[in-house]
Amino acid sequence: MSIKKLSLGDRAFYIFDYFIIALVICATLYPFIYIFSASVSDGGPLGRGEVWLLPKGFNLNAYKTVMKDNTIWQSYYNTIWYVVVGTTINIFMTTITAYPLSRRKFSARNTIMMFIAFTMFFGGGLVPTYLLIRDLHLLNTRWAIVLPAAISTWNLIIMRSFFEGIPESLHEAATIDGCSELKILVKIFLPLSIPVMAVMVLFYAVGHWNSYFSALMYINDQDKYPLQIYLRKILIQYEQNDILQDVNQGRDVVAQSVRYAIIIVSTVPILMIYPFLQKYFVKGVMIGAIKG
Amino acid sequence: MELIILQVSTSKGSNSIKKNKIGFFQRNFEVLYKEKALWLLLLPGIIWYLIFAYGPMYGLIISFKDFSPFKGIVKSPWVGFMWFEQFFKSQFFWRLIKNTLLLNIYNIIFGFPIPIILAFMLNEVQHNWYKRIAQTISYLPHFVSTVIVIGMLVNFVSPTGIINSMIKSLGGETVHFMVKPQWFRPLYIITGIWQSAGWSSIIYIAALSGIDPQLYEAAIVDGANKIKQIWYVSLPGIMPTILIMLILALGSILSIGYEKIILMYNTATYETADVINTYVYRRGVVGGEYSFGTAVGLFQSIINFIFIVIANKISRKVSEVSLW
Repeated sequence: MSIKKLSLGDRAFYIFDYFIIALVICATLYPFIYIFSASVSDGGPLGRGEVWLLPKGFNLNAYKTVMKDNTIWQSYYNTIWYVVVGTTINIFMTTITAYPLSRRKFSARNTIMMFIAFTMFFGGGLVPTYLLIRDLHLLNTRWAIVLPAAISTWNLIIMRSFFEGIPESLHEAATIDGCSELKILVKIFLPLSIPVMAVMVLFYAVGHWNSYFSALMYINDQDKYPLQIYLRKILIQYEQNDILQDVNQGRDVVAQSVRYAIIIVSTVPILMIYPFLQKYFVKGVMIGAIKG
Repeated sequence: MELIILQVSTSKGSNSIKKNKIGFFQRNFEVLYKEKALWLLLLPGIIWYLIFAYGPMYGLIISFKDFSPFKGIVKSPWVGFMWFEQFFKSQFFWRLIKNTLLLNIYNIIFGFPIPIILAFMLNEVQHNWYKRIAQTISYLPHFVSTVIVIGMLVNFVSPTGIINSMIKSLGGETVHFMVKPQWFRPLYIITGIWQSAGWSSIIYIAALSGIDPQLYEAAIVDGANKIKQIWYVSLPGIMPTILIMLILALGSILSIGYEKIILMYNTATYETADVINTYVYRRGVVGGEYSFGTAVGLFQSIINFIFIVIANKISRKVSEVSLW
């Protein structure tokens, strides 16, 4: 569309539109840029409040302090454990549950779907869930984090919709050839489902990476804490643990830049992989949207 | 395939005499046998839902009992509606209702339209590279954990943080944002918009891309400018999506992202920040008042359920759009 064809009003509209979008971009990026700049700036300018956008001076002391801290790496390891084990369970459970529900000829399909969908609108709530986990003797175990989160109903519906889109004729042909349902799922459906599997892995993995509340409820041992609990202590509760005590000899500024360095260290993995995976994320939301 | 049908029909044929007596069970059994592979695949999922989704619902009965962990759910004595009465009479009841409702209402007023407006604006961008960059960046905060978002907030608005530096350089006084009740709601809503507006816009962008381009062409022929095209073509085109999202938002009007509130609030801001779920967490889980906490949670779940059913019904009446 060339600019000349546009009326004056429409041209004004586009200028306004592009300008607002630019503002949105800036407002979204600014906190990240500021935190990065603050984490690598010298203590002096940071303390005087001179860092606004770009770093003033350059030093990596904050990162060195973070690297020396064992607690953060222990919780980093725990989070990776929760992500890997949790996501594996998620994908397995979601797949084997979504497949039968996607079979249009399955007689109990609608009944089971209602049984499942009801849980999206009504649930037991915090306390009964907590008591259940306790009665199952899962409290303070790693399984308390991954088992109650084994299936997300929303993701289940997304995967079911995707399976429903696979042509019925493939299933019929395989049945004639004598394939069992399990074989059809593994040999025919799964190879065709790589896009939706990518979406599921990403949704579940990001969910595990970011979750803190189940650990807050169910985990007491520090050596099982995920990264997010550690971050909460350092960033929000301002807990003076070893990492900050070392540097904190009356110098709040240094502690501040260490906090910013911790934000960078714990966010970078997700921010790095995100742009490459974006097309899958968006696809997943669309599948869900069309169905939902 | 035909072979299977043939087999089934002959087996049915030979049993036709007995059908009157055991036909129902027989037929169901045959179907079950034929579908046994599907049932086997489904079994772990069903067991999971029974334990982890319906299990807590069974636990709801302790809201009518004086639950003691030593006696267990079954042996604890019934107390009727005692816990509910205690909650309704509690000095915190109206404060909790008000805080929960206000946060939700502000969220719907300010948070709900912004993704829609953003979707319209992104949809009108003519340069693909600009659109792609804008989308990539605006989805980004969705993947940053709530802990990090609130961590950033706490550090930005701290007395030595960047916001207060700005205020001071403009000649103002230091504001202790995190301990001032009047600041809790704005901060909650603003961080929510920052984190989710871009991501929530995806669904509307998807809906916008489904609108027939001919409608726009017809509007242009009729002399509609951009604003009018959006108002008369785009907006009606995505109205079903907007309504579905609104039903979902109204359905959860008495629940709120408590995980974020637990990160944000403190005793100084309970006055505006304490909502039903955070109260349940504090009294029920942390404080160990299991029956009371369950009763408060059940009250909330029931109100939510009623809200979503009503919202769904209204929407189906006025627009034929509904969740079920």
